[in-house]
Amino acid sequence: MSAHPLVGHHLSEAEHLLAHADDNLVLAQRLGEWISRAPELEEDIAIGNIALDHLGVARALYTRAGELEGLGRGEDDFAMSRPEREYRNLLLVEQPNGDFAQTMVRGLFFDAYQVGLWDGMAGVDDTELTGIAGRALKEARYHLLHSSTWVVRLGDGTDESHRRAQEAVDRLWRYTDEMLEELIPIRRHAWGRVVSAVLAEATLQVPEDPYQRGGGRRGLHSEHLGPLLAEMQWMQRSYAGLRW
Amino acid sequence: MTYDVPVAPGESAVVEERAELSAETWPMWEVFVRARRGIAHVHIGSLHAADAETALQNARDVYTRRGEGASLWVVRSSEVHAFEPEEISDFVDANEKPYRLATTYDIPDEVGHM
Repeated sequence: MSAHPLVGHHLSEAEHLLAHADDNLVLAQRLGEWISRAPELEEDIAIGNIALDHLGVARALYTRAGELEGLGRGEDDFAMSRPEREYRNLLLVEQPNGDFAQTMVRGLFFDAYQVGLWDGMAGVDDTELTGIAGRALKEARYHLLHSSTWVVRLGDGTDESHRRAQEAVDRLWRYTDEMLEELIPIRRHAWGRVVSAVLAEATLQVPEDPYQRGGGRRGLHSEHLGPLLAEMQWMQRSYAGLRW
Repeated sequence: MTYDVPVAPGESAVVEERAELSAETWPMWEVFVRARRGIAHVHIGSLHAADAETALQNARDVYTRRGEGASLWVVRSSEVHAFEPEEISDFVDANEKPYRLATTYDIPDEVGHM
């Protein structure tokens, strides 16, 4: 297990998997907010598919984390019964959808990160996890294709779409360090190359403001996660154990 | 297209205008999928997209979902040429010329798609 790229000095493997599962669940919930509101029917379906991909990864990781933890907790317990402070997702994924440009830029940053993340898990000593990561890698590559295609079109589009895309980059850039800290340097550089290339093609500028925010991995969230969880969890919290 | 939309006080019915605008700016594409090697691409539907690249991505999402076909084509609907219905009616009806139909041949199963 020493070669596991996720295991740091203080968190167990189960806790690491939970954090990644939280990323996927929270982003799935966020993307689900687009359903029936996307600019076009085709885009509605595309975003719905991507949300379901993330939900599937979250479920698999929660289940695996529960097995490793050995306390009998499963996916529903992790998803529906933990309060905000126990969620360890990145601040980036809980940020509001904003306009379409903001959702696509958030996707670009996160998808490029997940491609590196899942690729790095290919060699870990846990066949269950490598199976999950292998499938997730294929999905993440497609998500990245989708988001980068849109960022290029928005950035290099009309004056208004360019303005909105640049505002999204400026607004979300501050959440990237927290995410990239988890990648080994070579993958961090790969992220930088991919994202810089897309932004360059999109005629968008990387912000020069060095300000960065973190804390999601320690359960210190922005004001946006609470309402998301409240909406997602209220049924299970009102009718504990409800099934359908 | 105009139709009555419930509008809240102070709100304008901009939804319609945007729908018309996007229908103008996003052209239609016809989608063809080949489910596996060895059979022809089959037309499965159409969609809106801004350009060929996004049309392909949309086609993947709308029509192939998880069961990826072996191959996917998209063609601008405006590039499809067709006969008018009245022109079709002038076509020779093969049913009136049964000698043209190979109905008396038994096709061996091994031939497969034919």
